[in-house]
Amino acid sequence: MTQRLVVIGAGMASGRMLEHMFDAGGDVAVTLFNAEPRGNYNRLMLSPVLSGEKTYDQIVTHDAGWYESRGVDCRFGEPVVKIDRDRKVVVSKSGETPYDALVIATGSAPFIIPVPGKDLPGVCTYRDLEDTNAMIAASGPGANAVVIGGGLLGLEAAAGMAARGASVTVIHLMGHLMERQLDPAAGYLLQRDLERRGIRIHCKGATKAILGKDRVEAVLLEDGTVYPADLVCMAVGIRPEVRLANDAHLEVGRGITVDDRMCTSDPAIFALGECVEHDKQLFGLVAPLYDQARVLAATLLGQEAAFAPVQTATKLKVTGVDLFSAGDFAEGPGREDIVFRDPGRGVYKRLILEGDRLIGAVMYGDTADGAWFFDHIKAGRDVSDLRETLIFGPAFAGGASANPRAAVAALPPEAEICGCNGVCKGRIMTAIDSGAVTLDAVRATTKASASCGSCTGLVEQVMALALGDGFVANANPPMCKCTDHTHEDVRRLIKSMGLKSIPAVMQDLGWKTVGGCASCRPALNYYLIADWPMEYRDDRQSRFVNERNHANIQKDGTYSVVPRMWGGVTNPAELRAIADAAEKYNVPMVKVTGGQRIDLLGVRKQDLPAIWSDLNAAGMVSGHAYAKGLRTVKTCVGTEFCRFGTQDSTGLGIRLEKLLWGSWTPAKVKLGVSGCPRNCAEATCKDIGVVCVDSGYEISVAGAAGMEVKETEFLIHVATEEEVMEVIAAFTQLYRENARYLHRIYKWVAKVGLDWCRAQIEDPGNRRALYARFQQSQAVYQVDPWAEHAATPADWAPIADLTLRAAE
Amino acid sequence: MTLYVDIAALDDIPRQGARVVRTPAGCVAVFRTADDQVFALEDRCPHKGGPLSEGIVHGTSVTCPLHAWVFDLNTGQAQGTDDGAVRRFAVRVAAGRVLLDASLLARRSAA
Repeated sequence: MTQRLVVIGAGMASGRMLEHMFDAGGDVAVTLFNAEPRGNYNRLMLSPVLSGEKTYDQIVTHDAGWYESRGVDCRFGEPVVKIDRDRKVVVSKSGETPYDALVIATGSAPFIIPVPGKDLPGVCTYRDLEDTNAMIAASGPGANAVVIGGGLLGLEAAAGMAARGASVTVIHLMGHLMERQLDPAAGYLLQRDLERRGIRIHCKGATKAILGKDRVEAVLLEDGTVYPADLVCMAVGIRPEVRLANDAHLEVGRGITVDDRMCTSDPAIFALGECVEHDKQLFGLVAPLYDQARVLAATLLGQEAAFAPVQTATKLKVTGVDLFSAGDFAEGPGREDIVFRDPGRGVYKRLILEGDRLIGAVMYGDTADGAWFFDHIKAGRDVSDLRETLIFGPAFAGGASANPRAAVAALPPEAEICGCNGVCKGRIMTAIDSGAVTLDAVRATTKASASCGSCTGLVEQVMALALGDGFVANANPPMCKCTDHTHEDVRRLIKSMGLKSIPAVMQDLGWKTVGGCASCRPALNYYLIADWPMEYRDDRQSRFVNERNHANIQKDGTYSVVPRMWGGVTNPAELRAIADAAEKYNVPMVKVTGGQRIDLLGVRKQDLPAIWSDLNAAGMVSGHAYAKGLRTVKTCVGTEFCRFGTQDSTGLGIRLEKLLWGSWTPAKVKLGVSGCPRNCAEATCKDIGVVCVDSGYEISVAGAAGMEVKETEFLIHVATEEEVMEVIAAFTQLYRENARYLHRIYKWVAKVGLDWCRAQIEDPGNRRALYARFQQSQAVYQVDPWAEHAATPADWAPIADLTLRAAE
Repeated sequence: MTLYVDIAALDDIPRQGARVVRTPAGCVAVFRTADDQVFALEDRCPHKGGPLSEGIVHGTSVTCPLHAWVFDLNTGQAQGTDDGAVRRFAVRVAAGRVLLDASLLARRSAA
């Protein structure tokens, strides 16, 4: 005989139960009542609907056709008002419906705090599509929304409305957000992230009243604060919906009491979902509800099955906020915590142990190992052997250095790889299958690692996994052993994340060493100088000795001193001052350099301030012969004296040197200006060369005459000196902003292509902007370091001289 | 017991930097780390005699300015594949003053 089954509530739990029953070929005639005027949809996905990432149609689980083909009598929008257990009927507005078996799946009801104004139009909860639509309607740009309740649901509501442009305030009674899942520190990290998205958070806020005449206008707190509100969402909690069961005198605790078979105190009545209480426990997460659905379907089909609650894990479904919690994380006797915090990176991990077992985990910011911890919680394994490194996750498990690829291989497809863009492993695998075989292609198609880049390594591991030998690892190695990031990534992230100090870079990009090393520190110092000329202050201790001491260290620890000679031009007064200084400080060697100036070699460190002071007095400044910066502008005599000269190459060289000196660059920069194509200034093997011709100036770049010898490549022809100045300053700025530290111009141009450089320079707007940025930087950095340091000679001498103190 | 001699205020040494103390036993580099730990090492790299006081200080290490040998300030040992060590001297900070092993005052070092 066909069993008459009546189900009250068309939610996710009863929906899953019906699926199981029909799949098993159960011979049942189902009548399905639902107070909501629609069938089953994925309630968990209301948050993406609210934020606009999904539509309602995309989250429908069972459409009309599904019910029809299974002969389900749907009574949507028709709440059951009474259960008559004696006569085995349920009562609704259309009359009585008899049942052989009844399933109560009424779910839960949102808790409404009993404050004045709670019934005003514009106050909603966050439970169903109506609520969601009300919030969508009220959360356009310019609207004010207040969410009462800073738990999982409230924060998803807040983030969703904020994503639609509303100005959102969250009022939370407790001292920090999500206090049931997070401790204060992690709650603070979450609050900081949400505030960065423009959501205002008011903790320890007790709602006194909701104000408004015909509809909500504002929310008043006990402390007197008033927040204007066009909409108020109450998300302070839920309680099982048990009114029908109470009225029918079923056994009810906090929820409808059920046994392991999901049977209530009446053998013909069953219950499942958020409305039930099993073994004194309530259920709000979907995984145990699905288990209940499986068990109840079996029970109704006359099979043996028993419900045993399993551990559950939650993730906050707010894009870009990475939060994971699983198991039991309450404090209690016999429980111990292992906590890892990195506030700079916004990472927090807490493991809760009871005896030798892991029973709970809370992770914020970096949830990559969540699945692994969850697995340990579920399996109830003895973790005492792993304890020392447990918090570092599978990479450290077992003491041996595990193959990182194995850890990635073990991740399920839904495991999140990119926290910024919410990209899971499965989506990356799909993208790779569809032909994205390079990191850039994966980035372009999935957005994985396209934001903060900290997951680049993980993405590459997924690619290596999917492509096997076909995967060509990023040929660009990390900056140094302190980081996994490449120079290019670091430069990009410094700009995109607004990092303005070396400690900020090291923290936010996860440096693996304390204080970096002699390789990354000068590079970071340069990148920060180049990218934030107005905000960043040069870190002298991150400079290589020559730049720190503004002189070149020699093999015996003495220094060489080279004053600037603009364009290689000097005069008797300067020469006399140099000669005097050489004698006064017993300089062992005076030598003419290849860059048309004079080098004083063998100066003792403690004499540097004095010799600089003497040279300053004769009008000379540092020649920066030691700098990753402008070195020299070599010139020939040009039209001034030369019978072949076509332009004033000497004058132009001096003007260029006066424009460019003092600028810090990724590597040294040398210029040459020749007055005619005979090229006596050897301009065509410089980083930037100018060859004067009758019609103007040929500017070429990317030459070298060091370990490699390379002729320059033609960049552009211009007609006037003014254009030469603008082009060269703009090109230098382009190099400063884009090249890797220690890459000379020729190396950088080989990487980015001369055509790209030329396009940047030829575009007049872009050229002017580059020139303006160069000038802005020069306003700060074009200072003579010698004059600066000559003022503090004591800093250059030994700090103490014990040879002068008598030993007793 | 080590006797100490007051050489300077801690703030005379830059963080992540060093200053030199001239002694009868040769120059000593007194380092100050980012977190204000202080170390004293012979200011002479065993490789080619580079002044370690001019190196970049990172964590509790210093990189020689001449050929980038890295020394652990705690032990004076060269790191990585390089083999060598520099002498260490007792140094401590008290009331914002840097105190250095007084045996360095002797014309001849004790060793």
